[in-house]
Amino acid sequence: MELQQGIFVLMGLAMIVAAILAMYVKDLVSSIIAVGVVSLFASILYLLLQAPDVAMTEAAIGAGLSTLIFLYALHKTKDAEEEND
Amino acid sequence: MIKKMFSFILIIFLFLILFELLNNLTENKKLSGVAKEYAERGAAELGTANLVTSIVVTYRGLDTLGEVSVLFIAATGVAVLLRRRKDEEILIQKVKRQSSEILQTGTDLLVPIIIMFGVYIFINGHLSPGGGFQGGAVIASAVLLSFLSDINYKINHTVFGLIESLSGVFYVLIGVLGIFLAGGFLDNRILPLGEYGTILSAGAIPLIYTLIGLKVGTELASIIDNMKRDSE
Repeated sequence: MELQQGIFVLMGLAMIVAAILAMYVKDLVSSIIAVGVVSLFASILYLLLQAPDVAMTEAAIGAGLSTLIFLYALHKTKDAEEEND
Repeated sequence: MIKKMFSFILIIFLFLILFELLNNLTENKKLSGVAKEYAERGAAELGTANLVTSIVVTYRGLDTLGEVSVLFIAATGVAVLLRRRKDEEILIQKVKRQSSEILQTGTDLLVPIIIMFGVYIFINGHLSPGGGFQGGAVIASAVLLSFLSDINYKINHTVFGLIESLSGVFYVLIGVLGIFLAGGFLDNRILPLGEYGTILSAGAIPLIYTLIGLKVGTELASIIDNMKRDSE
């Protein structure tokens, strides 16, 4: 029980750190990766809290697909900037 | 200055609310009202081994239909906003870089397995964790992997659109059938419940989850396709 609570606290702290990093990191790619890390830890926490259904959704959509869609969107905005210059 | 004061006051209010909530937090030892009904009756009434599925697909099936519609609207919105006219497409012809050997070989090996896993998740939705949404997302990630490894990879829009719209129509039709043949909209007992815990059990739930899985998978794949086509 003690160990499990320790893991919960550690993961929660890691999520908070990653979320703050996502806001303050200058490089946008790192910021997107940090958002993905938040989702990844959230999905592990869901799994430990006995909610495998939610964990699967979070891992597949939050950590997987949305990260990649953000990356594509970032790429697209960069293209638009180059065209305007 | 005023802005800072304002956000400071907001944070204090938020702190007070959360503090109050945390202070009065006690662990729920018993299930309350509706949850108790679902937990006690779900397995016997609908024949699902996974209780979450019986709630998501049948008891709160209308909410799932709403979620599917939201995803559909999102996919349509992406397609409308990011469409690019033919003449524009010719203008932006950049030199594409081939992806690495490792990624290509890995993709060839993994894509069939990932798709099979996605199908497994939604067909076993009534027995094990997961369901239509999760399975669909896994299938879409297989399409995404193909996009990453092969720069000329294209999805067949006609087939994808057909699968998506047909599964949406059949999902609603099964729901309407429930009104006439069973207890109400999206009732799964229009088909025999079968033996508890086997693949062909729980009435229409495997069918509904297969349709949802196909719909979500093709929708997410076309969102990715629209995002990607424009970013080249």
